[in-house]
Amino acid sequence: MAAAEDASRPFAGLSDVSISEDIPVEGDISVPVGSTRRDDEFSTLDEPVKETILRDLRAVGNKFVHVLYPKRSTALLRDWDLWGPLLLCVTLALLLQGGAADSDDQGGPQFAEVFVIVWFGSIIITLNSKLLGGTISFFQSLCVLGYCIMPLTAAMAVCRIVLVGGSGKVSFAVRLAVVTVSFGWSTFASTAFLADSQPPNRKALVVYPVFLFYFVIGWMILTFSPSQ
Amino acid sequence: MSAGSGNRNTNTEPWGSFDDHLIQGGGSAVVDMENMDDTSGSSFEDMGEMHQRRKEEEEWRRGGCHRGRQREDGEFLGMKGLKGQLGRRWLMRAFNLYANIDILRPYFDVEPVQVRSRLVESMIPVRMINFPQKIAGELYGPLMLVFTLVAILLHGMKTSGTVIREGTLMGTAIGTCFGYWLGVSSFIYFLAYLVNSQITMLQTLSLLGYGLFGHCVVLLVTYNFDFHALFYVLWLLLGGLSTLRMVAALLSRTVGQTPRLLLCGTLSVLHMLFLLYLHFTYHKIVEGLLDSLEGPNLAPMQRVARDVPDLIVNVTLRTR
Repeated sequence: MAAAEDASRPFAGLSDVSISEDIPVEGDISVPVGSTRRDDEFSTLDEPVKETILRDLRAVGNKFVHVLYPKRSTALLRDWDLWGPLLLCVTLALLLQGGAADSDDQGGPQFAEVFVIVWFGSIIITLNSKLLGGTISFFQSLCVLGYCIMPLTAAMAVCRIVLVGGSGKVSFAVRLAVVTVSFGWSTFASTAFLADSQPPNRKALVVYPVFLFYFVIGWMILTFSPSQ
Repeated sequence: MSAGSGNRNTNTEPWGSFDDHLIQGGGSAVVDMENMDDTSGSSFEDMGEMHQRRKEEEEWRRGGCHRGRQREDGEFLGMKGLKGQLGRRWLMRAFNLYANIDILRPYFDVEPVQVRSRLVESMIPVRMINFPQKIAGELYGPLMLVFTLVAILLHGMKTSGTVIREGTLMGTAIGTCFGYWLGVSSFIYFLAYLVNSQITMLQTLSLLGYGLFGHCVVLLVTYNFDFHALFYVLWLLLGGLSTLRMVAALLSRTVGQTPRLLLCGTLSVLHMLFLLYLHFTYHKIVEGLLDSLEGPNLAPMQRVARDVPDLIVNVTLRTR
């Protein structure tokens, strides 16, 4: 009873507030369905940081798996995030460091160049698909395009390993094959995710810039040669 | 009555005084008919321009109402209201920038079949020059062609065997292609404006963009099959056909011998020379040519010879 009195005390000051009786008060009161979920979200504030990070990492890893085995699914679109694209972009830019064309003071711009190309290319493709009438949102598209760079990043790692063995004709042929396969894989994976959001007769118009985008990235990987 | 007619900030009446509405609403109800350009048969570009003008008027009117409300908030809340004004204005500007993407939407309203047919038609000159030819006002095809040209130039660098710092090359390729498309289109539009030619900026952008299709084909072939004779034949044939197509379209929209000569001559020269420039700059350079052009070309391109010992041998042979 004391608790009830305490609970009612905050409202004690409102006892003199009156509502005119000729104003009808009407409306719906509905309890939101996700109230239990909201409680769970609030409770994530108390969980250890390791759990939060692991959960995000698991989500990113799950999306990587979806890119590896691309089939028509909405996994990448439903829970989009930009961690994966950022990780891949940084990895690719780091792997492209140390090229023969670099002089000592030019390492910086090359790193930035990869970033600029990847992110501005993705933005342009996203704008293009939106202008053509796509239903996908801006960040969803960035997410898909970023994640589908993964095969090309893997190809870059393979190329660097192959280049350790030498840079002759055989190595070039191997690198060409690897980059071509991964370029095709990236394009196919991104169209598997993006195709459903476009009007059916305009898919080709959306796929073409994606093809060009991955072609340019594949070109950057193929023409990389390590400094001696 | 409103006290102090010069003072815009005071809203003495609860419904907003006369001053505000007169100041904000002035001049926006009249549409300037002079600027309406009704050049071609289709209302394609007119729709885009009208859409843009209507949006701008709406923004101005909406901005005016907001400005009135912001002034009230500022007076009531003091400093806090002032910061709110700045933040709100910045947010509105940022949102308007993204919302303005929709202005470009009509120019991307194409089907793949249309794009394909326009690509083919860009190589086929039309002989009718007494009646304005129809020029499609779309931006998807030209934009994709410019990007394709960039990709082809990068591919050309790979096959030519020269090693260039990637940053400089990428920037140069993109800058060259976009610079040509936007710069020459603007220049041709400016000349067309001077000689009273019936063409809009969108149409010059579209015309020149589709004209790059010939360039793409020529460069794709000649970067892979490196024969000078082949290049010259293709330059004349494909370059010439696309130039003729653009020239015929411009001729049909210009009156007078001198204006026609000026406009079409400029366009032909720039178009053909651009293809020549792309071939010889982004390409394996013959030894003798490299010596003579080394000065001006080396600085922007910063070419590094891949096989250094051979170069030293050649130089020593020449000096002896």
